[in-house]
Amino acid sequence: MTTVTVNGRDHRVDAEPDTPLLYVLRDELGLNAAKFGCGLGQCGACTVIVDGKAVLSCVTPLLLVEGKQVTTLEGLGSVETPAPIQRAFIEEQAAQCGYCIAGMMMRAQALLQRNIRPSNDEIRAELMPHLCRCGTHMRILRAVHRAAHLMQTADASTGRRSTP
Amino acid sequence: MTKGRILASLLAALVVAGAVAAFALAWRPAIAAIDPPSPQSFDPSLVKRGRELAAIGNCATCHTAQGGKDFAGGLPVPTPFGTIYSSDITPDATTGIGGWPEAAFRRAMRSGVDRDGRHLYPTFPYDHFTNVSDEDDRALYAYLMTRQPVRATARANRLPFPLDQRFVIAGWKLLFLRRGSYQPDPAKSAEWNRGAYLVEGLAHCGACHTPRNALGAERANAAFAGGEVDDWSAYAINAQSPAPVPWKAEALFSYLRNGWHRDHGAARGPMAEVVGNLADVPDADIRAIATYMADVSGAPSPDRNRSAEEVLAQVKPSAATATADTPGAAIYAAACATCHENGRALPFGGVRLALSTALSSPDPRNAANIVLAGIRPVEGERSAIMPGFAGSMSDAQLTALLNDLRARFSHQPAWSGLEKTIADARRAQTAMLQTSPGPSSAPAEASQRDKP
Amino acid sequence: MKGPVLDRRSVLAGSGALIVSFSLGEAFAQDPAAPKPPGSLATAPYLDSWIRIDADGGITAFTGKAELGQGFKTAFQQIAAEELDVAFAQVKVVTADTSRTANEGYTSGSHSMQDSGTAILHAAAQVRALLVAEAARRLDLPAENFRTENGAVIAPDGRRVAYGELVAGDWLHVQAQPTSPLKDPSTFRVIGQPVPRVDIPAKVTGGAAYVQDLRLPGMVHARVVRPPGYGAQLTACDTAAVEKLPGVIKVVRDGNFLAVVAKKEFQAIKAMAALAAAAKWTETAKLPKQDDLPRMLTSLPSQDKTIFQAGNAVVAGRKTLEATYTRPYQSHGSIGPSCAVAQSVDDAMTVWTHTQGVYPDRAAIAEMLRVPPASVRLIHVEGSGCYGHNGADDAAADAALIARELPGVPVRVQWMREQEHGWEPYGPAMVTKLKASLDDSGAIADWHFEVWSNTHSMRPGGAGSLLAAQHMAQPFAVPAAKPIPLPEGGGDRNAIPIYTFPNAKVVHHFIPDMPIRISAMRALGAYHNVFSIESFMDELASAAGADPVEFRLRHLDDPRGRDVIERAAQGFGWQKGQKAPPDRGYGFAFARYKNLAAYCAIASEVEVNRDTGRPRLVRAVAAVDGGQVVNPDGLINQIEGAILQSMSWTLYEAVSFDDGRITSIDWQTYPILRFNAVPDSVTVHIIDRPGKPFLGSGETGQGPAAASIANAIADACGKRVRDLPLTRRKIKAAIDA
Repeated sequence: MTTVTVNGRDHRVDAEPDTPLLYVLRDELGLNAAKFGCGLGQCGACTVIVDGKAVLSCVTPLLLVEGKQVTTLEGLGSVETPAPIQRAFIEEQAAQCGYCIAGMMMRAQALLQRNIRPSNDEIRAELMPHLCRCGTHMRILRAVHRAAHLMQTADASTGRRSTP
Repeated sequence: MTKGRILASLLAALVVAGAVAAFALAWRPAIAAIDPPSPQSFDPSLVKRGRELAAIGNCATCHTAQGGKDFAGGLPVPTPFGTIYSSDITPDATTGIGGWPEAAFRRAMRSGVDRDGRHLYPTFPYDHFTNVSDEDDRALYAYLMTRQPVRATARANRLPFPLDQRFVIAGWKLLFLRRGSYQPDPAKSAEWNRGAYLVEGLAHCGACHTPRNALGAERANAAFAGGEVDDWSAYAINAQSPAPVPWKAEALFSYLRNGWHRDHGAARGPMAEVVGNLADVPDADIRAIATYMADVSGAPSPDRNRSAEEVLAQVKPSAATATADTPGAAIYAAACATCHENGRALPFGGVRLALSTALSSPDPRNAANIVLAGIRPVEGERSAIMPGFAGSMSDAQLTALLNDLRARFSHQPAWSGLEKTIADARRAQTAMLQTSPGPSSAPAEASQRDKP
Repeated sequence: MKGPVLDRRSVLAGSGALIVSFSLGEAFAQDPAAPKPPGSLATAPYLDSWIRIDADGGITAFTGKAELGQGFKTAFQQIAAEELDVAFAQVKVVTADTSRTANEGYTSGSHSMQDSGTAILHAAAQVRALLVAEAARRLDLPAENFRTENGAVIAPDGRRVAYGELVAGDWLHVQAQPTSPLKDPSTFRVIGQPVPRVDIPAKVTGGAAYVQDLRLPGMVHARVVRPPGYGAQLTACDTAAVEKLPGVIKVVRDGNFLAVVAKKEFQAIKAMAALAAAAKWTETAKLPKQDDLPRMLTSLPSQDKTIFQAGNAVVAGRKTLEATYTRPYQSHGSIGPSCAVAQSVDDAMTVWTHTQGVYPDRAAIAEMLRVPPASVRLIHVEGSGCYGHNGADDAAADAALIARELPGVPVRVQWMREQEHGWEPYGPAMVTKLKASLDDSGAIADWHFEVWSNTHSMRPGGAGSLLAAQHMAQPFAVPAAKPIPLPEGGGDRNAIPIYTFPNAKVVHHFIPDMPIRISAMRALGAYHNVFSIESFMDELASAAGADPVEFRLRHLDDPRGRDVIERAAQGFGWQKGQKAPPDRGYGFAFARYKNLAAYCAIASEVEVNRDTGRPRLVRAVAAVDGGQVVNPDGLINQIEGAILQSMSWTLYEAVSFDDGRITSIDWQTYPILRFNAVPDSVTVHIIDRPGKPFLGSGETGQGPAAASIANAIADACGKRVRDLPLTRRKIKAAIDA
């Protein structure tokens, strides 16, 4: 049994230490957002945030995240109270099949947490590990810009960092 | 006159003479500017040859900033003395070399002096380019003068006084620049000589792979004994090469041609870019470089050969899988072995780490770099992708892993200063965003598949 | 408003929700020669196949189509809400399920709006009419002055009767009429609005949205070990060690079909690797040479058919051009490898799958299991985008075959990335040869088009289309390949030009032999045929010294086609005689998908680096006419996506293989578009046609995008590349030549 901290809560999971985090999240914890796209670290669909940094959970064994904070899309917000990144993707309707989107959002979230004013080039460079087969790229870029704007305005209006 | 006065006058005369000499040493005349020649005035086959030579010389790599236009300069090159910014070598008449006659270009390559007569910092490796023949300079000139002109204001170098005064370079040149064309060795084959000409000249391999002295010049009696570039260690590529399997000419050719070799691994970092540039260079030139460099290393000792046999036997597909008895070993088994021991051949499967030069190198820097950043794909081309572990591994975890890999996959003593190297590597990468992309367009040949 | 339909039963007073009941294949009760109701109502005429109303007023719209990520659930919800006059949020859409929805075949060919959308539109309109008639009957007033609003029928004196109060028994189990009292498009509140998609909120908050998210109690995890190549025979497999691995429940071996089941997913993956290592195969595949495809295709036996002839196609013009265009095998490349969950309970098999065709796949799986179709139920649950026939049907068959071995236990099969890449049926390689000549006035005098291609559909149907069935000990043979008949076509889709030429001949060389596994991939033959036609139009325009847009208009009669061309050109800023900045070029292309679906024209600007050959799409401007637009944002999303997807196909993609195996088995070896090559902007202009029939728009952009980019590359560097993909190396070689 191993303890893993996900979205602020500790979980005891019955998984071998070499189990990729992706399967721990999906199968042990029933979380849907992180997806199996390739299992090879080539497509980005499995991206989650660990201690503030975007990681590919399909190539991250459980033993690497012990003692660290894992954040998944579910931890950012909900349909009722969406985080800025979620609101932005809904408002831009930035999805076709949507399978790649959760991973994109987590990568973008990690970027915005360290740079709330990314340039277009910076966003594109950041999203390089991610594939989208439906061709939703333009909307994804717009959504990330929109999320940045939402976070900047929240920042400005509350005078403190908006909810990560 | 008093003795003192005579002494003073002598001293003054000496100083003046010295100054005159220094001036004479340092001063170079300006060469009159010309109107930028029309691109149509250059013979297309000469331009084509120039492109190949520029690829060997890696001109674009230094003279193009990240995200900038080709050859427009602006790339910051850190040196122990300060940061130098590469210049615009497009045929723009104002900021580039558009107004340079061929003689000025040749002088820059041969002696490190620009059209205005100013000395160029040897970050521009004219200590190598001085060996380039007139004929090749002509082709390079034709190539550069037919590029797209770009107006790009030069960025000021960041050097402390007095290094920012260009005349001091004259002194450096006096000590370290051996001007003149390459002399062939009649005892060697034509191919060897071609290789030597390219390596010592345009390809300037030593500029990265040779250690430098306190004044920043390559150490003459340590050719190819290892150097560094851009936070990467450029391995020794002479007899002191740390590669577990010694490099033969055929392997070197294959590596330079394709960007990988099954007994050595894949080119990454700055070398990946070099290999990428070589993609347009004819086989004959690559073969020549490989022949020369293999000879530079000399035949491996019997000990070295024996060790290599053992390693090659160890990495046969049936080799045992990783154990997980230490934290580092557990990380390797869980995070690395899935690609590095899955039996899929290079370049699309991970290299068997017993073959890795990075793990056998005295400097752990490359191993740290590669694990942190992985390998990014080349746009639209079949190429290796390795995920980076900067996000998922802490410094402590990476230290444990690299210590394990070093112990398990090399015959070398443990690295020292590993923690610092890792911390530095992480910081440098955050600044640089990503390493260069990996080797490109490896063909899927039947021989590269592992059969069941 | 029409009066009540005939044959209505007498109504029972308010006894709750309707029972959906429909009969498969039940004959249309009226005179077979009578006009049929529109869309899929023709084959599933009972209104309750499409609409259900609950006593509490909740409304369900049923569609036999599947949500593939095109936004159909939302669009159908809009259609039903509009024609029923209810709030959008009051309608729920149920998609393809062999126990609940009509048989609408496959969700493919851009038919969903035309078939299912149309059926729902008309069914909802007719249901509304019935509701009004019923309210009028109860209030004993003439129906003419009633109206509907917000889920209720309003009498002339203002009395409201909620829909839920009007329903009783199965009084919607009546057959649809050929015509319907449709609302006037100018009164639409919901159709034509960019209503946000109903599925996106769950997808961006981690809600369960995909078949991969399905978790059933007691579910176990399975992995298939596929052969190393087509036709490989499993000669030995010592499964003893694998059976002892942690968590392993069972190893399934049926001939060449090999799979392992474990309690946990990662255990299954490890067991799969061990099983693969233990398996010994004899490989039999003899694949063609990858760089010899065009010659191979044009020399294989073919069934040749002239599919179009006008005038006398003998060369009559002044200046003749010829060109050959080629396309390699290309991969669907679904981001989420195929997945299915199956459970067999008391000999009834249920499969949750992202197949595009629940009914055909059910028939195939039933045949494979050698059981009656009625004992198998397929329920569509979304997968990642499939773009045609990918591994979904096969994964469903795999799951069923394994679940049969574990009665009562839900079995989840997840394909690995390498398996999806290696085993999916690809888009077929194609060759086209074009020849045309110009007359003295610079118009096209004659046109000759030949296309060589496999079939573009090997979808189930029969069990023999399924990998598991082909690999079993008592296997099913791969069915003989058949061409898809025109006007839809397969390899000949869009082979007939939409332009008017005085003399023209189009020949389809249908190749039955399939050395590499192929089937339907988005746009089918239209991708390559439109690429060829539209590239060639530019080559002819150039020879005629004409502007590409003007040249097309000169040969096009179709007014809606002309509108789309003009709109795209105008939106782009296309100027006759324009000259792009150095190293850049402009390209234009146009097509009407299948010559009967949506129209699309695309203008693009491409930059070519002359040193490296690298092409970069700078911007694209498209115009699309999809008939009556239901959700404009959904339509824009589809066209934007089509442009970027096609750009990836066109510049990068080719399946690779050696003598015996597919070698493009992951994203290293089959690279697709990444963010560093995404254009600066993509703009889509919609030409809405209120009241006109829906026209399928899901595949209309791919062909024009390819040609537009190819034409822009040619304009930028002055050299024409005709062999897909238009890689950097090919462009560089063309420039250097």
